[in-house]
Amino acid sequence: MFDALLLATLIIGGTALLSLPLARYMARAMDPQGFVRPTRWFEHIGGAAARGDQGWQGYLFALLGFNAAMFLVVFAILAGQQWLPFNPDAKGALDPAMVFNTSASFVTNTNLQHYSGEVSLSYFSQLGGLMWLQFVSAASGIAALVALARGLAGRPFGNFFVDVQRSAFLVLLPLAIIVALLLVAGGVPMTFAGAVHATTLEGAVQTIARGPVAAFVGIKQLGTNGGGFFGPNSTHPLENPGFWTNALSMAAIIIVPMACVWMFGRIIGRPKHARLIFAVMLGFLVLKTAGALWFEQAPTRAFDSLPIAQNVGNLEGKELRFGAAGGPIWAVLTTSTSNGSVGAMHDSLNPLTGLMPMIGMWLNATFGGVGVGMINMFLYILVAVFVAGMMVGRTPEYLGHRVEGREVKLAIMALAAHAFFILVGTAVFAATSWGAGTVGNAGPHGFSEILYEFSSAAANNGSGFEGLGDATVPWNIATGITMLAMRFIPVILPIAIVGSFAAKRRAAESAGTLGVENGTFAVMLVITILIFGALTFFPAAAIGPVAEHVTYMR
Amino acid sequence: MASGSASRSLFRRDLIGPAIGDSFRKLDPRLLIRNPVMFTTAVVAALLTVLLIAGQGVGGIGFNVQLVFWLWLTVLFGNFAEALAEGRGKAQAASLRSTKAELVAKRLRGKSEDHETLPASSLKRGDLVLVETGDLIPADGEVVEGVASVNEAAITGESAPVIREAGGDRSAVTAGTRVISDRITVRVTQEPGAGFLDRMIALVEGAERKKTPNEIALTVLLVGLTIIFLVAVATIPGFAAYSGDSVPVALLAALLVALIPTTIAALLSAIGIAGMDRLVRFNVLAKSGRAVEAAGDVDVLLLDKTGTVTVGDRHAVAFRPLKGVTVEQLAEAAHRASLADETPEGRSIVKLAREGHAIAAETLNDDAEIIPFSAQTRISGVRSGGLLIEKGAVDAIVKACAASGTPAAAELRRITDEIARSGGTPLAVAQGGALLGVVHLKDILKAGIRERFAELRRMGIRTVMITGDNPLTAAAIAAEAGVDDFLAEATPEDKLALIRKEQSEGRLVAMCGDGTNDAPALAQADVGVAMNTGTQAAREAGNMVDLDSDPTKLIEVVGIGKQLLMTRGSLTTFSIANDVAKYFAIIPAIFAIFYPKLGLLNIMGLASQQSAVLSAIIFNAVIIPLLVPLALKGVAYRPIGADRLLLRNLCLYGLGGLIAPFIGIKLIDLAVSALGLA
Repeated sequence: MFDALLLATLIIGGTALLSLPLARYMARAMDPQGFVRPTRWFEHIGGAAARGDQGWQGYLFALLGFNAAMFLVVFAILAGQQWLPFNPDAKGALDPAMVFNTSASFVTNTNLQHYSGEVSLSYFSQLGGLMWLQFVSAASGIAALVALARGLAGRPFGNFFVDVQRSAFLVLLPLAIIVALLLVAGGVPMTFAGAVHATTLEGAVQTIARGPVAAFVGIKQLGTNGGGFFGPNSTHPLENPGFWTNALSMAAIIIVPMACVWMFGRIIGRPKHARLIFAVMLGFLVLKTAGALWFEQAPTRAFDSLPIAQNVGNLEGKELRFGAAGGPIWAVLTTSTSNGSVGAMHDSLNPLTGLMPMIGMWLNATFGGVGVGMINMFLYILVAVFVAGMMVGRTPEYLGHRVEGREVKLAIMALAAHAFFILVGTAVFAATSWGAGTVGNAGPHGFSEILYEFSSAAANNGSGFEGLGDATVPWNIATGITMLAMRFIPVILPIAIVGSFAAKRRAAESAGTLGVENGTFAVMLVITILIFGALTFFPAAAIGPVAEHVTYMR
Repeated sequence: MASGSASRSLFRRDLIGPAIGDSFRKLDPRLLIRNPVMFTTAVVAALLTVLLIAGQGVGGIGFNVQLVFWLWLTVLFGNFAEALAEGRGKAQAASLRSTKAELVAKRLRGKSEDHETLPASSLKRGDLVLVETGDLIPADGEVVEGVASVNEAAITGESAPVIREAGGDRSAVTAGTRVISDRITVRVTQEPGAGFLDRMIALVEGAERKKTPNEIALTVLLVGLTIIFLVAVATIPGFAAYSGDSVPVALLAALLVALIPTTIAALLSAIGIAGMDRLVRFNVLAKSGRAVEAAGDVDVLLLDKTGTVTVGDRHAVAFRPLKGVTVEQLAEAAHRASLADETPEGRSIVKLAREGHAIAAETLNDDAEIIPFSAQTRISGVRSGGLLIEKGAVDAIVKACAASGTPAAAELRRITDEIARSGGTPLAVAQGGALLGVVHLKDILKAGIRERFAELRRMGIRTVMITGDNPLTAAAIAAEAGVDDFLAEATPEDKLALIRKEQSEGRLVAMCGDGTNDAPALAQADVGVAMNTGTQAAREAGNMVDLDSDPTKLIEVVGIGKQLLMTRGSLTTFSIANDVAKYFAIIPAIFAIFYPKLGLLNIMGLASQQSAVLSAIIFNAVIIPLLVPLALKGVAYRPIGADRLLLRNLCLYGLGGLIAPFIGIKLIDLAVSALGLA
């Protein structure tokens, strides 16, 4: 346990420290003040549409149009991969529902994978279809946050076409190159040659899939994408060969979401407020990590009757090279950040350990996806400000913006939508053969599989509990819709809120104004997150992981 | 409607009976729909009633009957809270109405004394009416002729009569008040049915009550929560179907009602009405609930120096003669000039001269000509035996003396500056056209005013003192009183400009005023409190009217506005925090049906599943009447700054809201199981 805690502390703490200088760079790259050369390049590339301020509606329109175009392009590439180049292993056509699901999955930065990459996709599909989306979908999220922050700061919203290039070329690309190089150094393959055919000692012929893995993995982690090159994702030895690549991957998962908080603080000009948000997010992350580590100490029920040592924790579904602790830490980090890559099989986690990743996806703001995690937190902050603001006897204000009916309505709609898609989706699939017929385990564990899948889709996470036969048409359609809705609703509504703020007179702050930089407000924020983010899921948690836990409790 | 203390009980016995009746009347769906959360509760209750009658209840008839009973009671308790809050106003409105019904007018025909008697309701704007001793004033208007003492108890609750006279700032009269001496001619300034009395009736009755912006926003939040919990509850049957089980509708209904924020929804309108009522009992009439909320948001208070910062009257504290004049000469002149001056200022000069300088008491000769003070000359005085003695504003006297010689300008300036710098006001005295010296008048600060301003500062409110004094005097008084800023030699235009400037910087401004020239500023301010003694124009322009005409009240009005929002916020927090305990009561009861081991979540150790559900629902219902007194009285506001206030309320209502239901539900469960109810 001590080793595990030390590892978790080093990774989380170390990355938190690294996120500070990164945020300083990101704020300058994303929101340069005055004339800078890259901005001119980007305006040149983007043409007329990339010049001047768009206003909040224009910004949203550009963002949605751009994403729609991405969706169409990737849909075409996936649907026609059998005719397209870079297909040395001659991969065949994909099922249309699968194409829809995969396109939605990558455009929405979810990377839920109902296919197995190395089995079904050509290199062109992987690189030309999916990998650039890992850059561009993540870049969209960061751009949205920057626009939101500018609006809150009382400035023009900016231009989406410039911002998306800034985040792709100035932030994600350099970072991805650094991480990919480090991964190559750690032994991750990077090649365009086809699969290796090896003859084993026993004389059997084995096909070992490979490809441009390092490039894919670097951006998969940094952009909270999570879509693996291989089906088993980061448990695969060629995606994640050893301790150092494991530690590097975990750091890469959380660094950009962490930096987004500081960047937000810099753009709105309230670093202390960002510190509070960061502390609250970190608190949740640490609690979930500690919980996961603790619950994973217990041996799995599957080994109950085996005559083996029961004191090494739950090693079922883990990579032995990372031990019983590496898996749960990864599981928490990847679900806290809407990343979705996996370092252990979540299906095999002890029931309550498995609850921790679910909580991460339910809250979806304890660091959350790149850009969008902070935007989700903004919704919680708004609700907290509204209730706390009344408690200090004033019409609630956030950074001088009065929070009134319209803003509350939009915020609560976004928060309710998250619960709606997860719970209704789960209920429908649990009650029908669509879901109940696809689970890998009976009893509450099977229910958890369904619940997890919808949580993952709604949180744009992309990890799977697995054990679920999710490559069916109903699953592909339902999760595809969920991913699309829950990608764009929580971007459209918050920016509309800030647009509504921008149209109103901004209030000055005084000693009578609710402070958003002190411990009391942090407590208020935590309570709001728990009540609006977690309380709704109490029945689902009770009937899934908790029921499983108590049923098999010794 | 006496000006009562805030602690006076709203739970008056005579109001409870009608409120109970109204609780049932308010079951009308058209009224209930205005409160979506309570409407949802009523729909659930109706659904269970139907199921009960159809014999579809699960778990024994006794349990279902009790469940349905408590669900309906929850709705009724909510109605009761609202009805009770409205009750006071209704009783008051009834008495105002009867006053209004008996009003008759003596309308003048032309210029003569000739008049006709007709019901007040047929008066039109511009009509001239005669009001004589003992008459009730038939309509709002302005005195155009005469002076009278008027008893305004019907409106203000203050039985001491006030003077109303033609011209000046005391010319406005209100319908329903009684002339107790003399006679006046009043020009009607109201349209029929749109007078002060009508507005007051509508206001206290709550007929005009529109939801305020904050109330709308909170309702949106509550509806959002209701929808979220509706989703959370409605999906449970789907979850249960996975393992082939089903959950009784009654239990789901109970869970839904327990989770949706019924407590705050039930009390929401009562809180709003009670906030307005607190103002009314404070003798301030707000024209809208919005104005009350705005009062809580105020950032800057513009306060008139006189009457707010200082007691209205200045007192003479010293005589400052010019070179070549003795103190006694000056004192004697000032004394004589003030003999006919009945203002507190004049009397204080007489007193200082007699007691401080042994000037003999004398009376003016009958032939003495008294020159009254006028705002144009800013000089008053007396001409006795051919000798003119004048006193007045320094620059006015200097101007008056300029004809008969040049006064010692430098010395005069030195003295007046000295007085001004100490916060005093110089009053020049001249005899026969020669300047003698200056009387030092000192402003008396209101007792405790410094503390009040310190308090306001802690509330985050900046105070700006408005005064006609010169900057030196103003600065000295401002420093002494502890106001944050001042506006000296202020004209009405300056006031308006200051308000606009503060507003453009994002601050909300409150002010009070009485004169017609205050009207533009009153209208521009976010919170404008007009004095009841003021002109009709001022009363029209402000969004509140202070019946006691006490400018200090602005400070309390801010407190009442804050209290209103705080009560809403605190009870919302309490209501939502309750959900945790309710989950722990009902969820195990529901899921233990198919995962018996989930009974472990029954951390309160409730006796049985039915008892757990019933106890949660009973708690959910009875908490409403238990919180009615708090909703009506309001959460105590303390000027301790926003951060500490939040901490305090979060501990009290957040933590309290978390813990209280655990205890409450457990106790109810003990009672329910002891009585064998479930």
